[in-house]
Amino acid sequence: MKKLSLFTICLIVLVGSWVVLRFAIGGIVSVPIPGSVIAMYMGLIIIAILVHISVEDSLFREFLRPIRETLVEDRRQVRRRVIAVLIPLFLLGYTYSIIAQRANPPGSPRDAHPSPPLELTYKDEVIGTMQDVVNPFRHYEKDDPEAFKAHVENGRRVYYQNCFYCHGDHLDGQGHFAPHLQPLPANFQDPGIIPNFQEAFFFWRIAKGGPGLPAAGTPWDSAMPIWENHLTKDEIWDVILFLSEYTGYQFRTFGEAH
Amino acid sequence: MSNKKLYLILGCVFIAYTVLLTVAPAFAQDATEAEYRAFPKIGSRNAAWIAAQLHLLFGSFILGVPMFAVIIEFIGWKTKDMRYDRMAQEFIKLCMGAFSTTALLGGVLVFILIWCYPKVMTKLSGIFGPTMIFYVILFFGETFTLYLYSYGWDKMQGRHKGWHLFLGVLLNVFGTAIMFVSNAWLSYQTSPATQYGVLSEGRRKSWIEEKLAADPALTPETAMEGVTSHTMVPLHNETTGEFMGTVWDAVNNFTWMPVNIHRLVGNIAFGGSIVAAYAAFRFLVAKTKEDKAHYDWMGYTGNFIALCGLIPLPFLGYWLGREIYMFNNTMGINMMGSLFSWLFIIQAVMIGVLFIGANYYLWSGMGRIEGAEIYARYRPYMITVIIICVAIWMTPRTLSKISTASELSAMGGANHPHLGLFGLMTAKNTAVNIIILTTFLSFLFYRRSGKIPTASWKKIGNIGISALFFLATVSIVVIGIVGFTVPTDLRVNILTPYQVLVALAVMAIVTIVDIFMYRKATTSGTIKWGEMTDRSQYVLILVAITFTSLMGLMGYARSGLREAWHIFGVMQDTSPDAFTPLLSEAVNMVAIIMVAFFALVGFIFWLGLWGEKKKEEKAATPEAAVTAEGDD
Repeated sequence: MKKLSLFTICLIVLVGSWVVLRFAIGGIVSVPIPGSVIAMYMGLIIIAILVHISVEDSLFREFLRPIRETLVEDRRQVRRRVIAVLIPLFLLGYTYSIIAQRANPPGSPRDAHPSPPLELTYKDEVIGTMQDVVNPFRHYEKDDPEAFKAHVENGRRVYYQNCFYCHGDHLDGQGHFAPHLQPLPANFQDPGIIPNFQEAFFFWRIAKGGPGLPAAGTPWDSAMPIWENHLTKDEIWDVILFLSEYTGYQFRTFGEAH
Repeated sequence: MSNKKLYLILGCVFIAYTVLLTVAPAFAQDATEAEYRAFPKIGSRNAAWIAAQLHLLFGSFILGVPMFAVIIEFIGWKTKDMRYDRMAQEFIKLCMGAFSTTALLGGVLVFILIWCYPKVMTKLSGIFGPTMIFYVILFFGETFTLYLYSYGWDKMQGRHKGWHLFLGVLLNVFGTAIMFVSNAWLSYQTSPATQYGVLSEGRRKSWIEEKLAADPALTPETAMEGVTSHTMVPLHNETTGEFMGTVWDAVNNFTWMPVNIHRLVGNIAFGGSIVAAYAAFRFLVAKTKEDKAHYDWMGYTGNFIALCGLIPLPFLGYWLGREIYMFNNTMGINMMGSLFSWLFIIQAVMIGVLFIGANYYLWSGMGRIEGAEIYARYRPYMITVIIICVAIWMTPRTLSKISTASELSAMGGANHPHLGLFGLMTAKNTAVNIIILTTFLSFLFYRRSGKIPTASWKKIGNIGISALFFLATVSIVVIGIVGFTVPTDLRVNILTPYQVLVALAVMAIVTIVDIFMYRKATTSGTIKWGEMTDRSQYVLILVAITFTSLMGLMGYARSGLREAWHIFGVMQDTSPDAFTPLLSEAVNMVAIIMVAFFALVGFIFWLGLWGEKKKEEKAATPEAAVTAEGDD
């Protein structure tokens, strides 16, 4: 069997990577990957190929050989003609794919994690600085497990009365309102949500909702209501306890770990 | 008058006229006491930004270069190999050229700050006055030590070499101290607070008094509930904003030491990369084989130094980031999850370029070593590993800004259910550690190229080294996976440091084993210095450009984190520039600064070359030859 040229191997790697990203990972293994991310990965793969072929002069010459042959040698006339037809066809297809696609609005330009204010408030009452405020019922976890359980249960009640429509039965952001919302409701089962934020951050997001997002987070297009108009301070803290109890994730703290 | 002279005069008149027109509006401003004054045309912030960043880039270069120059000089002294000595001297010559420009830019920065931000400077000088005097003393110390070190190089050879090396060390002590002092000013602006445990007694008392005054229900005992040695205490009265600490409190603010260490190591990496870029340029224009060989060697050394600095930098940056979160959670979220989060994706791309570039250079370098071919078969795998890790590092957590609505819908949210995991720090830290280990492996192969070990235990040694790499990789990946499931505190304070320790331990152990294994190695071929590809030299220049841009961008992040505060939470920025510039604006600004920096550095290096050329021409004249003969 004839040995494949370096150029052909590189081409196979490039096209194969695209197929794997687009259809295997972004289809069979998981949900589709956004085009911009695939483009980013493809850029890296091109860099990898360029690095590999250009490190040594001999490899570089070997890589360029079929290109040179195709361009100048008489015996490659057929190949040359095929390529001369394929390139415009490819460009035509690409241009068509860009122009002919349905109007596809861009995603939300809003910051995913808008920056919280320095002070945490409930209505107009200042609770404390965002850095220092802790869940007032968190200490029951160690000091009084029964009381803690009662608060968690209250949080469960609050959640299933108010939050599950959007955030879902299993706190995974798959509530029955969710498909009609953009941005989609937070998925608390995601390991990057609860562990990355303090309980005070969650209190702020729940209390102030979408309209309470800071100017830097505009355009605010979150459907989250201003829950401080409907829930008491304690109910918000309780529902925060429930979120971590149900998912098993712990909120971020800033002590020294032991 | 010749045409050349006429054009020169016309050019100067044109430049002077342009400068006059540019600054003229400044003279029309109110000369009375003002909070802010506008810098003409480009605005005060941009003026201060350009001057500060250029000053920092030059400062970084002149602080970084002496650190490795003195080590190289020491190696030359111990090995009695004068090539090292000459190279170290050449490094210091480059440093000398840049030294006065650094001072000049520092002066420009101070003038801009005093003129455009008088109230801020009054506040800062009121707090840091004594340190400014100390800075001046240190500056004199550094200047004279540098002069003595540089001009005394040839005179202090032989038995005075030890003293010369001492001067080199002293130069670094002065340089580092200067940087630490100026870091105190800027880190204080970001974090004007420190921990209760290291606070001065006076501020401890006044802080407790403030707490008692603010809440009459408190008693001295209840006021201290929950206060530990780690509790953050502001250095200003929380009501009046008056500074309440000592100078040392202000200096020893919360982010001071992380910034110090990050910059110290960063200077080494940056200095190495600039030296390597200089050598690359000289290599590309060199006409003789000897010159090519010399600058090839110099470029290799510069890249090696840059790599040594680069390897610990991500960890030190991580530490700084952790401290920023500890100081203020909002600031941390702004940095990594909000306003500046995309900047860190750009950062990942740039650090990826640095690592790929450094590896590329090492792999290219193996082409000039006879007997290195045996390692070429591993290269595709190493490229694959590095590229996958860089891909993980640069995968954003939240994809909403770069996805269409239908893509978001298909993903079920702003985070991809699988790739979104790459956006979390535990995945990124894992990727960085693997990149570092792979880069170290590249270096190991480079080091071994052309050598055949003679140690009887070489087979067992190699199996041990391979097992160590394998176990380390598995450990780092497992720790990374566990990191998804544990509380953040545990991950940040324990798991991530463990990952780093594993990588560092492997590098240390393997280096020691390798040194012993190759101690009496025979050679299978020589290094053909000067036979590098031109492409590899362009990569060295690319690495220097990337370092410069990266420093500029990170400077924007560090400074921008304060948002609309001159001193965070204490002194608000009420100037017309009190807004965070868009990332695109910042990138443009950094690009302008980067071009200006390389233009200035190029000019300084060209001046040095010009003088060198003149000297060589003079030495080559018949008169000089006669004089030289007479001297003999």
